[in-house]
Amino acid sequence: MIAEAGLAALWLAAGLAAFQFFLMILALRSDVEVTRAMRSIAVVQGTLTLVAFGMLLLVFARSDMSVELVFANSNSAKPFIYKVAGTWGNHEGSMLMWVTILAVAGAFVALFSRRTGERTLIAGLGSQALLALGFYAFLLIASNPFARLSPAPPDGQGLNPLLQDPGLAFHPPTLYLGYVGLSVAFSLAVGALLTGEVDARLARAMRPWVLGAWILLTLGITAGSYWAYYELGWGGYWFWDPVENASLMPWLAATALLHSINVLAARGALKAWTMMLAVIAFSMSMVGTFLVRSGILTSVHAFAIDPERGTFLLALLAIYVGAAFILFAVRGATLKEGAPFELVSRESGLVVNNLILSVILGIVFLGTLYPLFVEAVSGEKLSVGAPYFNAVAGPLALVLAVLVGIGPLLSWRRERRPVLKQLRIPALIAATALAITIILAPGIGILPRLGLVVAAFLAAAGILPLVGRNPLRAPLATWGMVVAHFGIAVALAGMAANAAFTSERLAIAKTGETLSVGPWLVQLQDVTPTAGKNWTAIEAQLRASRGSGAVTLKPQTRYFSDPPTETNEAAIRTFWNGQLYTVVGKSDSSGGWQLRLWWKPFVTLIWLGGALIALGGALAMLGRLLRMRRRQGASVDWRRKSYA
Amino acid sequence: MAEEKLRMSRSLRFAPLALLLLIVLALIWRLATPTSTNVPSKLEGKALPNFTLAEAVPSKPTVSAADLATGEPRIVNIFASWCVPCVSEVKVLQELKGRGVAIDGIAVRDKPQDIVEFLARNGDPYERIGSDPQSQVQISLGSSGVPESFIVDGKGVIRYQHIGPIEQSDVPMILAKLEQAR
Repeated sequence: MIAEAGLAALWLAAGLAAFQFFLMILALRSDVEVTRAMRSIAVVQGTLTLVAFGMLLLVFARSDMSVELVFANSNSAKPFIYKVAGTWGNHEGSMLMWVTILAVAGAFVALFSRRTGERTLIAGLGSQALLALGFYAFLLIASNPFARLSPAPPDGQGLNPLLQDPGLAFHPPTLYLGYVGLSVAFSLAVGALLTGEVDARLARAMRPWVLGAWILLTLGITAGSYWAYYELGWGGYWFWDPVENASLMPWLAATALLHSINVLAARGALKAWTMMLAVIAFSMSMVGTFLVRSGILTSVHAFAIDPERGTFLLALLAIYVGAAFILFAVRGATLKEGAPFELVSRESGLVVNNLILSVILGIVFLGTLYPLFVEAVSGEKLSVGAPYFNAVAGPLALVLAVLVGIGPLLSWRRERRPVLKQLRIPALIAATALAITIILAPGIGILPRLGLVVAAFLAAAGILPLVGRNPLRAPLATWGMVVAHFGIAVALAGMAANAAFTSERLAIAKTGETLSVGPWLVQLQDVTPTAGKNWTAIEAQLRASRGSGAVTLKPQTRYFSDPPTETNEAAIRTFWNGQLYTVVGKSDSSGGWQLRLWWKPFVTLIWLGGALIALGGALAMLGRLLRMRRRQGASVDWRRKSYA
Repeated sequence: MAEEKLRMSRSLRFAPLALLLLIVLALIWRLATPTSTNVPSKLEGKALPNFTLAEAVPSKPTVSAADLATGEPRIVNIFASWCVPCVSEVKVLQELKGRGVAIDGIAVRDKPQDIVEFLARNGDPYERIGSDPQSQVQISLGSSGVPESFIVDGKGVIRYQHIGPIEQSDVPMILAKLEQAR
């Protein structure tokens, strides 16, 4: 019954979404008053979808093997948390989660949006309903998560062991919240293009959504990167894999949007550009979903290839993005640009920021799809890897990082402050960093060296907006910006240090043998079998020492039975100045064991930086929410009126 | 200044749409012609590299590149006694041998007594076996793991490279390839 209830809720939600879209058309063509009806429908539609998702959670939690999806992706021997996480560790469940977030986001807009014009709100809710409707249709027609199996099998086939990790419980939902949060920016942009109300008010209504989605995307990407780093056992934090790029592209677009939206909110400028970015950001989310869910690109995220589902998703993508682009092409000309600004001004700085981010986005997009284009045209198979992305996007990212240090010091409209004078100290620090790296590490590559120098510059310049004023009285949004920009410097330092100073050792070692990696001496003491709830493993015992004191690391090769799979569980030890990363592989015929050892100085800064960037976003969000609250408190009467 | 640039011309406003169309077309093409995960080996159509291997087991002659151009197509199987998938593959190779297919083996990073035990326990489909203790011949053949098999035609040209074990279901395909190589 639970599964049937979920399915019914999904059908009802789809019906309501269709009705909601119909109401929008009605309202835009005539003067019928539909705002209240649309708000209620959106809320009910969101609730119904949430119910459907809750039902799916429930069948997974109860290991109800009569539901096909549970049978195919779960197993009664699995720890409880992975039974629950299995809900979204598969195609149907994750698509249901996607549409749930979409509908709930629509409900939140309906409940809380007070800032946009009424017609724009209606158009935006209509657009959100149409988005949801397509994905409901996809679930109901091509990917029913509630399909039953009869007779019910005794036990399930299990979940990919790589996904049996606490990271899985949080990584996909976080990313999805980010992906789909951008749908609100998309819908509001579409709504505003329909009504022509592209103004500062719209920007302020969009901003919390973009900011929230961006925070979650930042967290999701950072967590995903760390997950890949420790779970795959390859020692890398970013592989430029198509699916990783699929999460990076919306982030890049959202980062650009986050900055241009501030120009629109503060100065009423960059209207067409901001609308374009809002459309592109969510389009990139849909492209990402399509790439992952259709299995069209070869990737470590080996999801099943299914042409029928791929075609369905591609049709949705083409219709939604195509319609938004047509709307933009037709209505973009009617947008009047706002207040003018000079060449050296904060607006210009943000324009340059946007251009660089867009170019990086273009580079990642091209690199991800290039193999596809080449094969379509010439039939030749090739892959685009890290060398391309690093060489092309790396220098641009460094230029951007320098500008991140300078931009916030500029004033709106035209430059009035002695910016160059302020930048003397950061420049001095950067020069010192350059000198130190040349003296201490003459042999490192040019890009890592510049990375370290730019990181030093940005760390110093990034905090300047707080210098010369009482930091406690600075707005939270300013704090947020400073923390996020400082986070970029930290992450950059981590990436540069990892690229410059990592030492790696791959060797066959016999028990008792000692290997050296970086400053460490690592002895293979023993190799023993061990077992967990649904796996058995070979576990190596490594004793690592440098100077005095020693630590023990226990990397494993795990063998899972349902489904039969082998994974490497790296053993990682974190120190203040880096991580020791160890992997044990197979034994060879002579009784030796493959050991892979890395010493990665300051690699943790990468994820610390990511977390700081997200924290900065959260501070800015908090500041905006508090301000909104204060303002709403002052205008209670107006709020009552709108509900009356 | 920036203002001027950002006020978009008509063609620029339609640019995203055109780009989307291009991308969608490429994606439709991809969906219509799904990627085959079989990347043809670059070595197919090339002559065997020149090599001579040491004897692997006392009871059998060893393998050299010159010996493989016998006028008849044959299979060169790269295996090892420490390789688990090879155990199940041997049974399939036995069946191929029963159908008159000549099979030679290259034992990678192995020891004579281990090979003898392996053959005694699992069966012996090989006419000749060469020993490749440092994987040098394996690497020159462009093979990255065990087991792998090559179909070599009568002139010593590689006609097909099979990565991973030959399964029971591959037998008709392998026989067809051998026929083509004739």
